[in-house]
Amino acid sequence: MVKVAVFLGHRLVKIALIMLAIVIINFSLIRMAPGDPAIVMAGEAGASDEQYVEQLRERFGLNDPLPQQLASYVLQVAQGDLGYSYRQRRPVADIVLERLPATLLLTGIAFIFALAMGVLLGSLAAMKAGRWADTVITTFSLLSYATPIFWVGLMLILLFSVQLGWLPAFGYASIGGGFQGLKHVADVAAHLVLPVLTLGLFYMAVYARLTRSSVLEVYDMDFVKTARAKGISESRVMYFHVLRNASLPVLTFAGIQAGHLIGGSILVETVFAWPGIGRLAFDALLQRDYQVLLGVFIITSLMVLTFNIITDLLYSVIDPRIEVA
Amino acid sequence: MSLAFWKAFSQNRGALIGFVIFTGVVLLALFAGVFYPDSPWDMVTAPFQPPLADDAFLGSDMLGRDIAAGIAHGARVSLLIGLVSSLGALLIGVTLGALAGFYGGWVDDVIMRFTELFQTIPNFVLAVMIVAIFTPSIGSLVFAIAVVSWPPLARLTRGEFMSLRTREFVLAAVTTGQSTSAIIFREILPNSLSPIIVAASLTVATAILLESALSFLGLGDPNMMSWGYMIGASRTVIRQAWWMSFFPGVAILLTVLAINLVGEGLNDALNPRLARKGRA
Repeated sequence: MVKVAVFLGHRLVKIALIMLAIVIINFSLIRMAPGDPAIVMAGEAGASDEQYVEQLRERFGLNDPLPQQLASYVLQVAQGDLGYSYRQRRPVADIVLERLPATLLLTGIAFIFALAMGVLLGSLAAMKAGRWADTVITTFSLLSYATPIFWVGLMLILLFSVQLGWLPAFGYASIGGGFQGLKHVADVAAHLVLPVLTLGLFYMAVYARLTRSSVLEVYDMDFVKTARAKGISESRVMYFHVLRNASLPVLTFAGIQAGHLIGGSILVETVFAWPGIGRLAFDALLQRDYQVLLGVFIITSLMVLTFNIITDLLYSVIDPRIEVA
Repeated sequence: MSLAFWKAFSQNRGALIGFVIFTGVVLLALFAGVFYPDSPWDMVTAPFQPPLADDAFLGSDMLGRDIAAGIAHGARVSLLIGLVSSLGALLIGVTLGALAGFYGGWVDDVIMRFTELFQTIPNFVLAVMIVAIFTPSIGSLVFAIAVVSWPPLARLTRGEFMSLRTREFVLAAVTTGQSTSAIIFREILPNSLSPIIVAASLTVATAILLESALSFLGLGDPNMMSWGYMIGASRTVIRQAWWMSFFPGVAILLTVLAINLVGEGLNDALNPRLARKGRA
């Protein structure tokens, strides 16, 4: 337990440093943007007379020297203040946090789906290496590397909502459905199917390919032969000896790709009108609401960092020889 | 490029297919102005024409623009942005990776922390932000895509440089008093080129995907027709007109697939010992 605490302590320091760097990137992006930030802000607020612009400049300390501005911006973000959206007339932190649960639900389920199906298909492909199932899985992953994720979403809508009419194409729940309890859960679940499939298919292919090669590698190792020689059943060998070891590289990769998954959710949420931060970012783009965009960037970065910690912890659960460090 | 290389490459069926498709896309991009001399933004026929219509064989969009003309002209944007931004990523990645791998020590530490930072950041979100803030144009798209694509190239180059740094021929160059730049450019870089070429070709593929995603969100260059834009603009009418978003998507899929296949073929041909082994 102490080790885990020390690990988390180290990680928190690292997170703080990375977040600092991200906030600095944010700050320099705003400063590098063409045009006077005060005029941009005034535009966002829908007013542009000289006096108001000067007032904004004063209020946001735009007349201070740059290092001082940076320091106050860092301090502000550290206190959880992500700025103020003049479009929506609300603090950015509130807007983003309100949308966070929907995104967590979508990315979380998509990730679990991708990991479970990927490992399953990958081990199947490995056990039948060189046969048709293997070819199908390899071809599928090659294709999904090359397909734009938003287009997959549109084509799934075309097939399952427009042609077959099986699943809803847009939103989080039926409008005016007013379902309660279990019915509401079922309604949301139906709305989740297509976005989860869209987001998950690509990663499923990636994990399947990884699992395949890593299972093939572990399969030939001595300890697996020993296990078989002891007369352990084939499925037990697969689960307890092969998969446990083969899943480590998959997990490493999953950790590295967390940022990618969250980036993909912007596109998927845009296609399916899913009310998460991705959709929020898209709307902010249309309205040129940069404050919200910057807030989304900070929150998604935090999500990635949290996700990385979780995968590191899982790592030591799967392989106790690896100590958290 | 030796004879053995071409032999190995041409024996790889996937790579050949990829090469043929890719050549087709390049020709389409080069001769877009010949096939479709008019601007792809012009209204040439009635709106909502389904495919195989008389004057637009892939159909027309909501404003009567020819989908086929859009795809031909979009090929230019995709290839241009894909190539130029990959060159940019290559420049950043190889420079940083070479410095880190060659000097080691604190230089390596600083550069690798910097690379890790860029690998942690959700890079699509960063790209969206850069393009949005600098206003969409070819320049800002290329810059944004290059900024988010270099880390894998840097890590790869660093690894190559670190392992080559201690090899005899490099030590010999050091002993004979060659300058640092000569050692880097004449001794190490040429020997680490083949994995870098393979990685760069895959970078082009992801760059094209990134460009299409950005222009899907409406962040494409407003003066240039692109595949992502075509899909993004017509997605609201997908119930009535599937062809408007279907064909540009197929164009992206084929182009990216072709580049990936060529990249894998290059990998197998350039690194025959590693071919088909331990690759995910």
